[in-house]
Amino acid sequence: MLALSLSALAQEKIPVTESDYSNNSVEMADKMREDGKIYVLVGVIAIIFAGITVYLIGTDRKISKLEKTISPK
Amino acid sequence: MRQSWWKILAIGLLLYTIIAGLLMDVPRLAILNETIRALHFHVTMWFGMILLLIISVYYSIRYLRSNNLKDDDMAIEFTNSAILFGVLGIATGMLWAKFTWGDYWSGDPKQNAAAIGILMYFAYLILRNSLTDLQQRARIGAIYNIFAFAAFIPLIFVLPRLTDSLHPGNGGNPGFNAYDLDSKLRMVFYPAIIGWTLLGGWIATVRVRMRRVERVLEDKLINS
Repeated sequence: MLALSLSALAQEKIPVTESDYSNNSVEMADKMREDGKIYVLVGVIAIIFAGITVYLIGTDRKISKLEKTISPK
Repeated sequence: MRQSWWKILAIGLLLYTIIAGLLMDVPRLAILNETIRALHFHVTMWFGMILLLIISVYYSIRYLRSNNLKDDDMAIEFTNSAILFGVLGIATGMLWAKFTWGDYWSGDPKQNAAAIGILMYFAYLILRNSLTDLQQRARIGAIYNIFAFAAFIPLIFVLPRLTDSLHPGNGGNPGFNAYDLDSKLRMVFYPAIIGWTLLGGWIATVRVRMRRVERVLEDKLINS
């Protein structure tokens, strides 16, 4: 009986409530946000993503050109 | 002209994932803290991997029916992308685990199963490269790929749920599995899955085209 109720308990999900968004007891990167520095980080990651994307697009184009040279339509 | 709308969609969704994923309000939960945002980056790797593997298995089956090497190109390159996502998934998972579970590797059933799964796919690559005949390589590779997928799914989705795991939604760990109920996280999580999967598909198709160009060039060399 105990084992049954324990396993039932374990499967239950704890819903996220409004207080999970508004509490101040759990530490988050608020300081970083206050200083606005989080945006620096977002910028850095966005730049890296943009760079990789540009590189991938370049590779894509190169292959398109190769495809054209081997089978001109 | 090649259809490129889905590539633009991939870039857009991933930019949204990075910006909204890092900046939007998230539940303030103990232990997890800001790392809950890894949901959009670590968890989506595995979803992307599974979706890419489904495409790969589809092309493996197609190859067995058609014996067309073009289908094999798709199968191997989608698997390659999937393996890349899997390796990134393991690496990001280890980093995340260090700061939330206390250790890079805690022998968690899902961690172990994921590692076994990745090794299965490494074996697939080695098996393929050990065969020199193209048709034989493609045929044996296709069959292996289908069986590997059939073993991979229960390995990472079913078996960890039958025992205790630190991963959310598995065994006796309700710790932070609530995030899959949270609509605000879903607003980034679902687009992120689509975005990463499209990016993986993009990389795969670029490599498929490279293979086909190489094959044409080889044929020209042989025939000239």
